[in-house]
Amino acid sequence: MSSEPVLRLADVTRVHGDGPQAVRALRGVSLDVTAGELIAVMGPSGSGKSTLLNLAGGLDTPTSGEVAVEGTSLTGMRAGDLAGLRRRHVGYVFQDLNLIPSLTAVENVMLPRELDGVRAGQARGEARTVLAEVGLADVADRFPDEISGGQRQRVAIARALVGQRRLILADEPTGALDTPTGDEVLQLLRTRCDAGAAVLLVTHEPRYAAWADRVVFLRDGEIADATSAPLESAR
Amino acid sequence: MAIKQGLLALLSRGPRYGYQLRAEFEASTGATWPLNIGQVYTTLSRLGRDGLVAPGEQDEQGRVVYTITEAGLAEMERWFSTPVAQSDRPRDELVIKLAMAVAAGTDVRPVIQAQRVATMRTLQGLTRAKRANAESPAQRLVIDSMIFQSEAEQRWLDHCEAVLAASSQTHQTQERQP
Repeated sequence: MSSEPVLRLADVTRVHGDGPQAVRALRGVSLDVTAGELIAVMGPSGSGKSTLLNLAGGLDTPTSGEVAVEGTSLTGMRAGDLAGLRRRHVGYVFQDLNLIPSLTAVENVMLPRELDGVRAGQARGEARTVLAEVGLADVADRFPDEISGGQRQRVAIARALVGQRRLILADEPTGALDTPTGDEVLQLLRTRCDAGAAVLLVTHEPRYAAWADRVVFLRDGEIADATSAPLESAR
Repeated sequence: MAIKQGLLALLSRGPRYGYQLRAEFEASTGATWPLNIGQVYTTLSRLGRDGLVAPGEQDEQGRVVYTITEAGLAEMERWFSTPVAQSDRPRDELVIKLAMAVAAGTDVRPVIQAQRVATMRTLQGLTRAKRANAESPAQRLVIDSMIFQSEAEQRWLDHCEAVLAASSQTHQTQERQP
């Protein structure tokens, strides 16, 4: 694969605090996520999973090393430019969905596009398309408290996908969902990946990590091990 | 092994030939439990001897149709209504291996990590199989069962690592005392 990775972390270190109290949350982590690839990150609490995701999305800056999204280095970028790049290229799915309760599903999904300066009519059209893609065409005009937990999670995913973002960052996106509903969430992410997105998934659930092409195990801020899925079937 | 009861369950839907039973058994279990035709005929002859199935006459191609009996239906129902006991399953080699690694005083962490990567690969393979067989409910449930088992193993490995890390700290503290 010669294509440029959608996300590149090169020898990234993140130290919180300084002096004897300094905590090295990440130590020299290098990781590429290419288009069409789903990578899962696993590790115990405090292993650096969330730091990794925050750095990948430009929500935090590395102490050393470089983070690049779609070939653009985030190092030294002005806050305004960084926010713009995040909105255009990066979609987030959090366990805590952050849906706005006073907006309908479609309004929640179109919001990031409107913030991007897209006209309301076009943003609404895009939002309806992506809601249909995640199987929620029927509930597009309902409010978050009028739909099920699984549906709310899918609205949050639709919001992350809208506007052809190619990098999806997902932090425990299956939250407290039951396993069939959690499987549906992974199926959606997987489908998006197969259509050319790059997905970085943080999870502590082995069953969801197993949907990934590659599972990376973090230990004390370092990549301890990784699986690559063999291309041929096990059987 | 529950081949006997499995064949009875398939026969409860109507008379079948031996080769049909084999194909249906494999289809229902997502080919996770391959049967050879010899096992099928051996099992059918035992079922016949015990009066749980009744073989018909050979047709001109030498094939025999098997029909479930009343006793066979009762046996199948008894099987469905009896939970599987843990002791019916074979002992788990991994559990013994880790216990022995601890007993032998070797470094258990690389054993755990190697197993964790291997189990995750298994889990990835099962997940791909599940995606490929999404339309068959019986196969999906069988694969789901194996996914849950692998997942339990993965969680248990995490647990082992945490417990051993905690106990080695306690151990070191104790050893330092006179």
